Amino acid sequence: MAKFTAKPVDLLKINFKTPKTDWMDTPVNIREHMYCHPAKAKDLETVGFPNIHEWRPADDNWNLPEDWKEIVINGIKERLQKYRSFHVFMDICVRCGACADKCHFYLGTGDPKNMPVLRAELLRSVYRKYFTAGGKIFGKTAGARELTEDVLKELWYYFYQCTECRRCSVFCPYGIDTAEITMMARELTNLLGLQLGWIGGPVAACYMKGNHLGLEPHTIKSNIEMMLDDIETITGIRINPTFNRKGAEILFVTPSGDLFAMPGIYTCMGYLMLFHELGLDYTWSTYASEGGNFGFFTSNEMAKRLNYKIYAEAKRLGVKWILGGECGHMWRVLHQYMDTWNGPADFLEVPKSPITGTVFDNAKSTKMTHISEFTADLIKHGKLKLDKSRNDHLKVTFHDSCNTSRGMGLLEEPRYIIKNVCNHFYEMPENTIREKTFCCGSGTGLNASENMELRMRGGLPRANAVKYVRDQYGVNMLANICAIDRATLSASMDYWVPGVGVAGVSELVANALVMKGEKERTTDLRGEPLPGKEGAE
Amino acid sequence: MPTIDFQGKQIEVDEDGYLVNLDDWTKELGIQMAKGDGMELTEAHWEVINFLRDYYAKYQIAPMIKILVKEIAKVMGPEKGNTKYLYELFPDGPAKQACRYAGLPKPTGCV
Repeated sequence: MAKFTAKPVDLLKINFKTPKTDWMDTPVNIREHMYCHPAKAKDLETVGFPNIHEWRPADDNWNLPEDWKEIVINGIKERLQKYRSFHVFMDICVRCGACADKCHFYLGTGDPKNMPVLRAELLRSVYRKYFTAGGKIFGKTAGARELTEDVLKELWYYFYQCTECRRCSVFCPYGIDTAEITMMARELTNLLGLQLGWIGGPVAACYMKGNHLGLEPHTIKSNIEMMLDDIETITGIRINPTFNRKGAEILFVTPSGDLFAMPGIYTCMGYLMLFHELGLDYTWSTYASEGGNFGFFTSNEMAKRLNYKIYAEAKRLGVKWILGGECGHMWRVLHQYMDTWNGPADFLEVPKSPITGTVFDNAKSTKMTHISEFTADLIKHGKLKLDKSRNDHLKVTFHDSCNTSRGMGLLEEPRYIIKNVCNHFYEMPENTIREKTFCCGSGTGLNASENMELRMRGGLPRANAVKYVRDQYGVNMLANICAIDRATLSASMDYWVPGVGVAGVSELVANALVMKGEKERTTDLRGEPLPGKEGAE
Repeated sequence: MPTIDFQGKQIEVDEDGYLVNLDDWTKELGIQMAKGDGMELTEAHWEVINFLRDYYAKYQIAPMIKILVKEIAKVMGPEKGNTKYLYELFPDGPAKQACRYAGLPKPTGCV
């Protein structure tokens, strides 16, 4: 594959004209830099996915199993019976088009098949052909079409150009959850072995080692040790967290990206410093070492299997409740699925902050509380000593993650925290934040490198809003509460809005956190001089 | 799977040119991969590549960039302990390019 070299100015030439041909007669054009490599066979074998075979998206022949069509039709049938929502969503769209221009991929590509209504129609047309009387009898007139190899390729191409962000759903008068349609379409492609490498790899690693990156227990420990060294250099305080400790009050689970990637490790240092300062009775786990769940991008069953370890580990260690770190899709899974998949967690207690006594009733069923809720509560009760001026070199804006905002309604807490730890906070325009937030452009396992054009196009609407606050207010830091965001927004900021960094909210908290017995700090967590301390080192 | 021709043998690599079987790696193969990119591996490059391989043997993953930077600072001197130096050595990024020459897979997930 040739290197991706397109400049921002090239990508900004977006053609919003629709093709002359009807959408059904417009063949799919699978372009490089717009899709991800196939998964490795050994990774799919690890978790027992079906129909593993060699194939390449750009080839004419995808080496599909002989009975591929039957597999897909039966797969649709099974899901229509199993998920009532899917059946309803296949039937009720009136094609009003309210969603059409709400999708970041449509806005960034101009490709009408990225309008959520049309993306869904790619599958609905097949559904009609095989499952509705009208479609069977009237065919194309009734919006139905035969499932052919070209149609399958089209489904694959466009359902891996959707990040299940659900922004379109916010605007749908029927409340159709387009993400669920994408989830079903992806399950169908998974039945045929058409999985992505960037998803298959993390799923296999998570299944075998407990986390997407495949970090072994001693690697996790060693990475955290390195962060502790840095914390000691900055604050003079040596922290000694515990791992896999039975009898701890709280189990802490976060995405493994925080244990490895830049700038996620600064967020992780933030957790370590906060918990130390509170004297929190908590433990890390090297088994439940992943909050995220890339299985969620393959099938409901796989996601469920990967998620078991969180409750299993909580039970094994005998903790009272679970605290979760900054992650996006992790919270959609935990908030909306975990309880019914892996619950009831009746061996746990309703989360209660040991510092403030606040009972997090909203987590009554899952027994798992978000770090932003936990931290905001601490601040509200005046339990943290904060020196905001240590973040004075930062002009901060906040990117709502799709899943924490639209998936669990976590809108105020991160903002409340940021306003209490930073003096300079600026919101992006109203239609691009909170429930209407724009996706980073690379969620749901699309954060590979070979699909960089897709990622940058999909990231354009978010980046455009950041550019506005950068140009207007001089914003230089994009805060967020998601590990995928930290990785992907770093790339899209470098591309679209150079000069804007990316940070987890917990990093900003720890910058401002005045710790007992700390030495005078001269740098922030990144080793950058604090305001007024530029010549100190 | 694509392959590269090395000493008369076909070595399997993935779409991005990373080795499929890590045991296929030899020093000479690393040199050939670099040559394919028009690069001559110097002692400074090998310092990085050897550390990556040692680290991988111990931890089964490439080191995070900060650990690599710290190690290079220790071995090559503090003035070289920064990402800028590593990018000078490996313009496509130490994580990507150096790992490829070292025969390591690239990490996947929220990175």
